[in-house]
Amino acid sequence: MNKPEAPHLVAGAETPHERWQHEFDAAVDDGREVTNVSGIPIRPLYTAADRAASGSDEKLGHPGQPDYTRGIYATMHRGRPWTQRQLIGLGTPDDYNKRLRSILDRGATAVSLIPCNSVYRGLDMDSVEPELLGTCGVVVDNADHMDRCLADVDVGRVSCAMNDPSPFTLLAFMLVVAERRGIAWDRITGTSNQSDYLSHCVANHMFYRLSLPGARRVLIDHIAFCRERVPRWNPMSVVGQHMQQAGATPAEAMAFTLATALQNAEDCIARGMDPDEFLPRFTFFFDISLNFFEEIAKFRAGRRIWARLARERLGAKDEKSWRFKFHAQTSGVDLTRQQPLNNIARVTAQAMAGIFGGLQSLHTDAYDEAYATPGEAGARIAVATQNILREEAHLTDVIDPLGGSFYVESLTDAMEEKIVAIMKTVDDAGGMYKAVEAGLVQRMIGASAMRFQQRVDSGEQVVVGVNKYRADDDAADRPAVERPDPIAMQRHLDEFRSAKAARSSAAVEQALDGLSRAAESGDGNVFAAVVDGARAGLTNEEICARLRRDLGFGQPLVLV
Amino acid sequence: MNDDDFRPRVLVTKIGLDGHDRGSRIVAAACRDAGMEVIYTPPWQSIPAVVKLALEEDVDVVGISSLATDHLIVPKLMTALREAGLGNVRVVVGGIVPDHEEKVLIDAGVRDVFHPGSTMVEITGRMREYAREARRAEAGADAESKPT
Repeated sequence: MNKPEAPHLVAGAETPHERWQHEFDAAVDDGREVTNVSGIPIRPLYTAADRAASGSDEKLGHPGQPDYTRGIYATMHRGRPWTQRQLIGLGTPDDYNKRLRSILDRGATAVSLIPCNSVYRGLDMDSVEPELLGTCGVVVDNADHMDRCLADVDVGRVSCAMNDPSPFTLLAFMLVVAERRGIAWDRITGTSNQSDYLSHCVANHMFYRLSLPGARRVLIDHIAFCRERVPRWNPMSVVGQHMQQAGATPAEAMAFTLATALQNAEDCIARGMDPDEFLPRFTFFFDISLNFFEEIAKFRAGRRIWARLARERLGAKDEKSWRFKFHAQTSGVDLTRQQPLNNIARVTAQAMAGIFGGLQSLHTDAYDEAYATPGEAGARIAVATQNILREEAHLTDVIDPLGGSFYVESLTDAMEEKIVAIMKTVDDAGGMYKAVEAGLVQRMIGASAMRFQQRVDSGEQVVVGVNKYRADDDAADRPAVERPDPIAMQRHLDEFRSAKAARSSAAVEQALDGLSRAAESGDGNVFAAVVDGARAGLTNEEICARLRRDLGFGQPLVLV
Repeated sequence: MNDDDFRPRVLVTKIGLDGHDRGSRIVAAACRDAGMEVIYTPPWQSIPAVVKLALEEDVDVVGISSLATDHLIVPKLMTALREAGLGNVRVVVGGIVPDHEEKVLIDAGVRDVFHPGSTMVEITGRMREYAREARRAEAGADAESKPT
């Protein structure tokens, strides 16, 4: 950096930009090309010329006005801060209820429910290894368990996001609980997080339970049921988070998510639904990686593309249908086990990117996530991080504060172009369903994961404490791991076994037959039958197993 | 047996309930690229299925990827492998494993635990070393069992 400045041979003949370029080239001669994770070349400087090339300020528009580059609401965070929604779920229903009530007592109105991995797999607690019960989420296998999860909680007041993949047994359990307590279903609010079966299949996550055609049918049934009977529930959460965690670049994750939303919307339309009736209840869920500006541009570009697709391709006329509402979670993949307190800084930068990207709801990861399921202390710091950004750092004072930035607008355009190009690949393969069925999306994500790993292994992508600035990390920074109390879990298991045995086997058979009838009839609503089954005391595994039998079992694709 | 001839046989798999397979896929591909024979499975294998595959494929190393507490049943896998006469097969675990549970795994006979941040060069280098160990131990056991 201490080189002499480039000589100015013909002073005055040079434009300021040319002069800068000469000075820059003379000082920085490492020839280093910078490319973001999505593959877009990044120049060292963006200027008014880039803004001019990007187009008029009308294109940028105003918040709350299509195509929403600057945010989907006129007020954005200045009017109402984002919703702080932390994921919780551990141990028995009683453990969950205790944690939930302490969060509600501290003023939360939006909660979440993360079930045990056994629930995701469609297995009841009596058919899995006891060591694994409740270690990553709450063990909730029937309506009685849900009743205990929500004891002394007003289900007509609290908005609950449930990680509840197809066939949506958790929502069915919750509706039964509401019924028992005399709470009308039209008062129930929340989101079927993870209702997006395509992303589960692509990322091979724990949720892959039914065959692709079976999951497709049940999802559309679920959307149709909620539209009629649980009108304030968001039945469709389209998920980019799994795919980015599995290795998709930010542009790929956005493209695949938009393609999935299109697929599901087109499936609803084919069922005879009007896009303006269901699209306002579509929500999105994304990952926020540490690639700060790339993430901001990803969200701004995605918002713009969705508004256009909803209007032009899906034919929605109501502006509410064009709004790209999204929840985002800071990326766990970026967190390190080494020097774990550094993760607090990482999560802060990720959260800021999401906030500048215009999110509606945010989960910040705990710093100990690369080490274990987060403990209380880690979760508290994660919440405090959001409070600090919102109320100490003044990030909510101005709407879309980066709007008009030479770099951010140029990058938003470039990301938009990239995302649209990837969507074209999916379209050419016949849409997202066919592209997933053929393994195209999985192969693209696998290749991106490999490229990223090579960048880290080669040191091109620095990871502090891992491939640079390594130090003997302090094991004391790593908190003790909380595991569910085995005695309480055994009691939960014993109670479950006796409750199952106490049911009338005729009633169980009848409820299972109801599921089969709905599945076999082409026009019955399978989700309505799931709710009936939950009311009759069927368990999660019983419902999943019967639907797997009748609608087909999903097998993971093997691609290395 | 010099380095050029030695082709470690490794099984890369996931047991238990979780399906996050980014790590197992990357490690499997890295082992393949490093010249090993790789047997790869999708997630959600049962312990008996892993034992059967290890036996049939005559592997030197079993690599278990665990991101969501599935390592808690690895001690059961170790017992099942020993009972099947595969006590010489080396088992490694990669993923999210807290300190005190790493000790439980090592005490149960797990050869090594790879944590987040391990490079592919480190992992494949150590897999190769453990495969060699397993092959030597097996050769030794064979020699002992032969009548002189």
